[in-house]
Amino acid sequence: MTTRKIEILVGTFIVLAVAAFLMLALKVANAGVSGSGESYVLYAKFENIGGLKVRSPIKVGGVVVGRVASIDLDTVYYTPVVKMEINEQYSNFPETSSVAILTSGLLGEQYLGLQPGFIDETVEILADGDSIQDTRSAIVLEELIGQFLFNRGN
Amino acid sequence: MISDKLQKLGRSTIDNVAGFGRSGLMLFGALVGKPDFRKGFPLFIKQLYVIGVLSLLIIVVSGLFIGMVLALQGYTVLVKFGAEGMLGPLVALSLLRELGPVVTALLFAGRAGSALTAEIGLMKATEQLSGMEMMAVDPLRRIIAPRFWAGVVSMPLLALVFNAVGILGGHLIGVDWLGVDAGSYWSTMQANVDLYQDVLNGVIKSFVFAVIVIWIALHKGYDAIPTSEGISRATTQTVVTASLTVLGFDFILTALMFGG
Repeated sequence: MTTRKIEILVGTFIVLAVAAFLMLALKVANAGVSGSGESYVLYAKFENIGGLKVRSPIKVGGVVVGRVASIDLDTVYYTPVVKMEINEQYSNFPETSSVAILTSGLLGEQYLGLQPGFIDETVEILADGDSIQDTRSAIVLEELIGQFLFNRGN
Repeated sequence: MISDKLQKLGRSTIDNVAGFGRSGLMLFGALVGKPDFRKGFPLFIKQLYVIGVLSLLIIVVSGLFIGMVLALQGYTVLVKFGAEGMLGPLVALSLLRELGPVVTALLFAGRAGSALTAEIGLMKATEQLSGMEMMAVDPLRRIIAPRFWAGVVSMPLLALVFNAVGILGGHLIGVDWLGVDAGSYWSTMQANVDLYQDVLNGVIKSFVFAVIVIWIALHKGYDAIPTSEGISRATTQTVVTASLTVLGFDFILTALMFGG
């Protein structure tokens, strides 16, 4: 086995490993696609976010348009504030839009369902960094069961 | 009677500690000092071929089959909950976090580690190492160092190849055979796998395992009793000790990385 052949095979090995890493980084972990800054940021306040997590999807009619960038607590009212990063190409939501925390399936993960509102002369389009006023919190199963039992008691 | 037992315990303790010391000295002698790239680099490339490239086939084949088995087993459980869309993250996370680094290290100990031990042990038995010293060539720098670096470099790369092939194997079974939706296989995987938390922690793990396996293999060979029986025992010890140490360290690393 000549040195040249060995070096070619070692080179192939390195290229293969780098290709594997790129596949894992780009196709499996999806890095570098969402963090490109080409996004439109909206905020929404909720009573209760349930099991919503950072990087949960934001869907409009089932289509993923963005992801939850961060979840913080408002220091004045102590309500959760969700920062939503929406893809730049969908940057025309009117201020009448509403957002709800929904669950995919019975056991599935929670996501944000964004519902575009109506537009007329008095309605403005939400700018980058604005808040959505109309929000619906996550349904907490324990509260639901509690209400059901309370109503039965009556 | 009791003093006999105590003596036995004491002797084995001293032997173990002395072994640790000799392995440390061996690694110190091989790695510390002014590197000579002109002489060392061709030796390193040669060892990268012997240790890395020749291990590629077993890594690719076992990665493919482990990915396929994970998809098959995961599917039968997930489909009971109607959650077969989560097959992608199941396969990807178990490979990236655990199976990739650990199985690569175990295969590497069996495939490359045992070969290294036997090679160095036989060099010692045939007095090639002493011959090198007679010719003023430091066997630690010429024999041990290139093998150490080649192992440390090639094992994380092999683990990456293992992970990628395993995920494709899971795709083959999950999507093409069992009918999981291809879009949900990849998209739930992308939503649940994090580059730093999962991919890079796996690489760090396999780097640590590489140092463990290659160090044990080289030390057992270098320290072997230079007889045919001694070499055979050293080779066995390499595989057993390296595998057990890797599994022990895997628990510690997992607890540090994902347990907190």
